[in-house]
Amino acid sequence: MTFSLSKNRLSGKRGTVQSIWFALFRGAAAINVLALFAVILFMVIQGASAINWAFLTEMPKNSMTEGGILPCIIGTICLALGALAFAFPVGVATAIYLNEYATQGKRVAMIRFAITNLAGVPSVVFGLFGLAFFCTVLKLGVSLLSGALTLGIMSLPVIIGASEEALKTVPNTYREASLGLGASKWQTIFRVVVPSALPGILTGSILALGRAAGETAPIMFTGAVFFTPDLPTSVFDEVMALPYHIYVLATAGTHIGETRPLQYGTALVLIALVLGMNLCAIIVRSRLRNRNRI
Amino acid sequence: MTNEIETIIHTQDLSLFYGDFQALHDISLPFAQRQVTALIGPSGCGKSSFLRSLNRMNDLTSGTRSEGAVIFEGTNILEKKIDVVSLRRRIGMVFQKPNPFPKSIYDNVAYGLVVNGIKNRSIVAARVEKSLKQAALWEEVKDRLHKPALGLSGGQQQRLCIARALAVEPEILLMDEPASALDPIATQKIEELILELKERYTIIIVTHNMQQAARVSNTTAFFYMGRLVEVGSTNALFTKPVKKETEDYITGRFG
Ligand SMILES: Nc1ncnc2c1ncn2[C@@H]1O[C@H](COP(=O)(O)OP(=O)(O)OP(=O)(O)O)[C@@H](O)[C@H]1O
Ligand SMILES: [Mg+2]
Repeated sequence: MTFSLSKNRLSGKRGTVQSIWFALFRGAAAINVLALFAVILFMVIQGASAINWAFLTEMPKNSMTEGGILPCIIGTICLALGALAFAFPVGVATAIYLNEYATQGKRVAMIRFAITNLAGVPSVVFGLFGLAFFCTVLKLGVSLLSGALTLGIMSLPVIIGASEEALKTVPNTYREASLGLGASKWQTIFRVVVPSALPGILTGSILALGRAAGETAPIMFTGAVFFTPDLPTSVFDEVMALPYHIYVLATAGTHIGETRPLQYGTALVLIALVLGMNLCAIIVRSRLRNRNRI
Repeated sequence: MTNEIETIIHTQDLSLFYGDFQALHDISLPFAQRQVTALIGPSGCGKSSFLRSLNRMNDLTSGTRSEGAVIFEGTNILEKKIDVVSLRRRIGMVFQKPNPFPKSIYDNVAYGLVVNGIKNRSIVAARVEKSLKQAALWEEVKDRLHKPALGLSGGQQQRLCIARALAVEPEILLMDEPASALDPIATQKIEELILELKERYTIIIVTHNMQQAARVSNTTAFFYMGRLVEVGSTNALFTKPVKKETEDYITGRFG
């Protein structure tokens, strides 16, 4: 436990100054909690009436003014998992390379520069890039695959960052102990370093996944469509997706006013999905952490 | 004393640099087989650096460079072409702070075997038991082999690390202040262990504890400011040191 400064009551002017500043800090911290609750509460109040079993399990009907959002839920889950399937191995491998193999140098500096800038690219630019590269150049068309790859590339910096952080927390004494026993570098990484870093790597990756699941811009040109009557059967199918569906209902329909509850209902489902993923991340982390501790 | 016994490893004019800083100056020191050699000297004099040169652990620190030679079985192990991985299996190391892996007790000891390609379960199990017994830990852990090693006490963890090092049957065991983080009882256990292990292993131990050096070692080498000042039989070095620095250090007249 960190010891709490605020417990030490100070008297006089210094005490007053201190309490004012602490109150400000506490307030700043509270804003985060309030913001989250406000968003959730707002969505629940506005969208709860739209949520029912049929909404979650049926196809949209009547130009999407009625019926459910099943294809959007499935589409978003597929897109997010597809993105993870690509970004997780590439991201973790990059982090391992940067943190365990590469020594300082021009090449490493280049890679880091690329990652930093990749993180700064606006999501709509990823969308256009995906359209030009995956859909057109690689001839993947507007498909689950193109969308997932675009989201995956967008998630890379986050996954690399989280994985590197996690690898950095692995004490060097583990590496020395392993190498000192005649393990090769690869064995050391594979058997000691990565398992120790895994909770952090997985948490970061799942958080990135949640983030990717909520993105609209990268998928609107590459994988998601306005409406499709079928659920996806292959990675080359186009899909519907929750965030894009909200966007479409809220801006492009002819019944914007009437579909408000559906918009909020969809948003509520999306938030629930993302929070669910984050919860998974927290559970995974504490499970793995405790496994080899006392 | 050292003359009658075979030398297993020796350094020849070994110098070590961290970048521009020279941490070791032309050290030539032989180590006798199945003997305990203690390295003593004030903090920062280069004991750890020297020890870590013997199994190329310094390679892991970027910016290190060495000159001279470390001869093990007739070859200079500082040469680039040496297979450091198998070298380190043969020259094991126990570190100052106990550093068990966040794995079970069993997996910790089995680790070195597994990475060296020994897969047969019963061989591994037998070797784990034998190593834990050698490290005088078996009785304390035999009922909890599959519990996390991090649940052991500091002294137990250090003996586990010794067992882990012994499991791969190294010829030489390097120990860098193996008992400095332990209480007197755990320290005593480690010392007893060292005395037993020297029947089979060559042990090179760094210690800050003069009594410890006197109790466990046959030969003692005194380092000062990156140089080897004096080396001799432990008895002689502690009773009739030749150099003034040595005398000042062992009598505690040193900063
Ligand atoms: N990674 C490093 N980079 C630069 N200098 C280093 C490094 N490691 C050690 N040194 C320097 O090399 C010298 C010898 O250090 P070393 O750790 O070998 O001393 P030591 O005798 O083991 O000391 P102690 O008894 O405190 O463990 C010291 O002056 C130290 O500052
Ligand atoms: Mg040291």
